[in-house]
Amino acid sequence: MNKMLIIFKRELAGYFATPLAYVFIVIFLVMSGIFTFDMGSFFERGQADLMPFFDFHPWLYLFMIPAIAMGLWADERKTGTIELLMTLPVKLADVVFGKFLAAWVLCILALALTFPIWITVNYLGNPDNGVIFAAYLGSALMAGGFLSIGSCMSAMTRNSIVAFILTVSICFVFVACGTEIVLDTVSWAPQLFIDAIAGLSFLTHFDSISKGVLDVRDVLFFVVFIASWLFASAIVIEIKKAN
Amino acid sequence: MIEISHLTKKFDNFTAVDDLSFKVVEGEVLGFLGPNGAGKSTTMKVITGFLSATHGSVTVDGHDIATDPIAVKALIGYLPEGAPSYPDMTTLEFLDFIAEIRGYSGEEKHRRIEKVINDVELRSVCHKTIDTLSKGFKRRVGLAQAILHDPKVLILDEPTDGLDPNQKHHVRKLIRNLAKDKIVIISTHILEEVSAVCTRAIIIAGGRILADGTPKELERRSAYAGAISVQLTEEFDLRAALVGDEDIRGIEQDEDNARHFILLPSANKQIFNKVSEKAQNGHWPVAEYHLVEGLLEDYFRSVTHDSALTRRDAPQAASATTTQQQV
Repeated sequence: MNKMLIIFKRELAGYFATPLAYVFIVIFLVMSGIFTFDMGSFFERGQADLMPFFDFHPWLYLFMIPAIAMGLWADERKTGTIELLMTLPVKLADVVFGKFLAAWVLCILALALTFPIWITVNYLGNPDNGVIFAAYLGSALMAGGFLSIGSCMSAMTRNSIVAFILTVSICFVFVACGTEIVLDTVSWAPQLFIDAIAGLSFLTHFDSISKGVLDVRDVLFFVVFIASWLFASAIVIEIKKAN
Repeated sequence: MIEISHLTKKFDNFTAVDDLSFKVVEGEVLGFLGPNGAGKSTTMKVITGFLSATHGSVTVDGHDIATDPIAVKALIGYLPEGAPSYPDMTTLEFLDFIAEIRGYSGEEKHRRIEKVINDVELRSVCHKTIDTLSKGFKRRVGLAQAILHDPKVLILDEPTDGLDPNQKHHVRKLIRNLAKDKIVIISTHILEEVSAVCTRAIIIAGGRILADGTPKELERRSAYAGAISVQLTEEFDLRAALVGDEDIRGIEQDEDNARHFILLPSANKQIFNKVSEKAQNGHWPVAEYHLVEGLLEDYFRSVTHDSALTRRDAPQAASATTTQQQV
């Protein structure tokens, strides 16, 4: 079997061997329910779509995903199992990607378990299911983006709380730089600069995907983003090896 | 063969391993001795590829750990210090994971796991999570993962630490059985362990090799080599009986047992026959006396203590000169 898949399998089983996976999924579902029905006025809007559901995802992920990602490497370093793992005949890339993938699959599973809300809109009206599917895809990609940052931050420290705080901070930057507040404050700058800042934001890319505009560039943004941060994780681990 | 040449490992300004060179060949069980912080674990971490060397190289069967790490790691079985393993997995799940990573599947995987469970006696804890195991069992699980693939090179960092005497005996027997055509490197600060299992011992301190030889050879270098241990049945002034004898360099009386003496020979002198003769002629109340082959512990203390002193003095001397300059 592919070494990456063996790592992936162990990591994913690890989430379910402890209450972590269940707690994460339950809180994720409760929070997304509160955001959608209460703050998002799902019923009051009277529209058959999932905009209020997806609109809150970047903010929900901002705290939920770092909680999953913080242990990726920090816990291994703390318990010393990293020494075991890194002296097994496995390529670093397989370990980095296997770990990331396991955490990502957990997030996607939590996301998929929100399906009752999709059934609800279909029962109440005739939503554009293509748009909803695109939004789910965009949300999953965005979760991957958050996770990849978390992977890199977790590799930097043996303290998972530090990893959590670093991840939240950096993720916040990548979410906030697409908000109007930030973009307004730099409105004096050349348009190119403003576009560059907005282009770095999860919000910009997620919004366009979740509106049903499945542009290759938006998907590519997330893919490249994830790949870059995972590559950075590998570099951080290599640097730690030399020190 | 493991070849370590001019290995240096620095952490910021601290040199943990300082220009270390040695070779280990098949069939050797090398005991790595040294006080805490001597660089034993760091050296092992570099050999196994967990840390990278600052200078120098490590090759195992011709594969360099820096350029061909996967090949080296496949040859090595490693028990890291403290025997870390995933606490949420059961013993069986953990060994299954290790076996898969080592490239085994199906019948072969099953056979290897069964064998190692028998060898290390883990049957009773197969389905328990590692979290709940005692220290001794955790260490044995760590040992099991290290020997699962029948590695050519076995590197064990303090394999018997935290085990009870029976378990220690068992692990040592296991190591001796494994060692036939392999390279085994174990680090320890239990000196009896070295005499019990090792064919060769290296003493390191401050990241440098202080001594390298068979345990017997190192024992013979001890100040006690050739000494006579004398146990008396009643109080007797042994010092008076031996006063003025030039072949005897010193007489030590046991602090806890006033009737036990150690007679130290002068350089290159054999004193056994002489002492034996004197004991008979002088009617010493002797219960028992025997030749001491040397004490590894004593030799260990004398070499590592000297180096510790020089190391500790160095920075003090440096700061002293700076103060003088300031004045």
